[in-house]
Amino acid sequence: MTDTPDTSRSRRGRSKSWGTAATVHAVLLGYTIIALFPVIVVILNSFKNRRGIFTEPLALPGPETFSLEGYSTVLSEGSFLLYYGNSLIVTVVSLFLILLLGAMAAHALSEYRFRLNGILSVYMILGIMVPIRLGTVAILQLMVQLDLVNTLVSLIFVYTAQGLPIAVFILTEFMRTLSRDIKDCARVDGLSEYRIFFEVVLPLVRPVLATVAVFSMIPIWNDLWFPLILASSDATKTVTLGVQQFIGQYTVNWSAVLASLSIAILPVLVLYAIFSRQLISGITSGAVKG
Amino acid sequence: MTDATTQMADRRPTRRRRRRAGTAHIVVFLAPALLIYTIFSIYPLVESLRLSLFDGLDDGSAVWTGLGNYARLLFDSNWSVRFWNALWNNLILFFIHMVVQNPLGLLLAALLSLAPRFGGAYRTLIFVPTLLSVVIVGFVWELILSPLWGVAEGMLSAVGLGFLYAPWLGLEDSALTAVSLISVWQYVGIPMMLIYAALLSIPDELLDAARVDGLSGWWIFWKVKLPLILPTLGIVAILTYIGNFTSAFDLIYSIQGVLGPPDYSTDIMGTLMFRTFFGQQTQIGDIYMGATVASMMFFVILVGVTIYLVGVQRRLTRYEM
Repeated sequence: MTDTPDTSRSRRGRSKSWGTAATVHAVLLGYTIIALFPVIVVILNSFKNRRGIFTEPLALPGPETFSLEGYSTVLSEGSFLLYYGNSLIVTVVSLFLILLLGAMAAHALSEYRFRLNGILSVYMILGIMVPIRLGTVAILQLMVQLDLVNTLVSLIFVYTAQGLPIAVFILTEFMRTLSRDIKDCARVDGLSEYRIFFEVVLPLVRPVLATVAVFSMIPIWNDLWFPLILASSDATKTVTLGVQQFIGQYTVNWSAVLASLSIAILPVLVLYAIFSRQLISGITSGAVKG
Repeated sequence: MTDATTQMADRRPTRRRRRRAGTAHIVVFLAPALLIYTIFSIYPLVESLRLSLFDGLDDGSAVWTGLGNYARLLFDSNWSVRFWNALWNNLILFFIHMVVQNPLGLLLAALLSLAPRFGGAYRTLIFVPTLLSVVIVGFVWELILSPLWGVAEGMLSAVGLGFLYAPWLGLEDSALTAVSLISVWQYVGIPMMLIYAALLSIPDELLDAARVDGLSGWWIFWKVKLPLILPTLGIVAILTYIGNFTSAFDLIYSIQGVLGPPDYSTDIMGTLMFRTFFGQQTQIGDIYMGATVASMMFFVILVGVTIYLVGVQRRLTRYEM
């Protein structure tokens, strides 16, 4: 790229690697822009008035176009704070149950030898291959019988059932690699099997728990299907469903649509900015260590 | 996840596990997970399969029809036209993901594994769309591509390609491709991360040996790295396949609605099942046919998973690290 008359060997080598690096950066930067561009356009325009949105969609909000009218509509018409609370409760409680119950089951399957061990391991893993949505018809009937329709509890049960197989799978594989000596030492010291699990095993699998949490969290937070079917009442809407229905009603009010999208995006971006390091290393290290 | 499967494959039968007196703690550890999983995942699935063998009468009772519902779905033209169309659209969706999303993920992962400067920043930013709700992604792209707003058209015009613009989401020929590419845009981060992690786990000694043998970077990638990450590519493929029958619904429901417009060109198994189960406009909801559509999805997924387990994974285990 920067060819000069000087063609000494080392020089040529350096310029070749410089060219490679430039190509690598061009591709990665190009794709990063593609990945972020639509999100940025929406957030920028949510701070504009109607004229600004339509005349100059790619311009920054200026003194003439800046406006928060969209946000004021959304905050007065929608109950996004409530929806956020619902999403938060459902996600946090489901995650807690997936991690705790998943780790307990994985511990039993990896630590103890008993007759049904092999069968139960396969049984738990079935759910990875078969999406829980296929049972929707019967899940709805079941929730009607249990009188759980339009409750957050129904979502928590379904998401816990959905997340358990992958959690048990990853945690079992990892727990099998733990040294037995530590646990046997604890047994010699007279610790009960329960204390061994909570005080010896759980701390050792913490990094893997983080990986499982990441894998399980995103589909729960973003799900539309089950909130739509099981809990679509105003009091139990999650933020995903809330945004979907809000936009359905306000299709002509562009600033409100853009503002509601931004309200749904921004907290996720803020959380991601704070936790991205742990999240990404959780995904990659988990996949490496398995 | 890659190595988790490989570990499973070489699990030693001689692993020693101590038999202990008393099994109460085993029950306590296992029972909660087993109960929730059985009641809310396995039982509904089995119950759906059972319901698909019944038909409803006007008085609300159910009558056994054997495979009657399946025969209607596959051969009765009131149902079969929609069913085959939805299945075909699902396969197209899968195909587009396989030829666009996964190679793109591989390319990005390969570039990231060269450890360029700011690699961490690229990785973090490219993963952003994956975190967003499908609903949000759907609306964002609907706005960007909308002829009313004209962002896409304006950008194409700016580089002199304005004539290429069309309201892709609204045209029968392009709607499914457009929806697929939106989905690719959102989810490419997942294959990228999985493949990146697999590339990182290749031992340095292997690559050094290849370098000493005089292989260039390009050949090292094709001859050494790619064969070693084939199991990961297999997992990515099967995840893509299963995902097409689940998460694709959310996107199409958000952008196009439950009818898969225009003229059913984006109708997939998920939207068909939703429509059949809950009904819409002129059609009354039918839990038995809904269960039948769901069961057909189950069998289609089963076929894919079987092909993967028997055909692909077996063959790949030879290359394990």
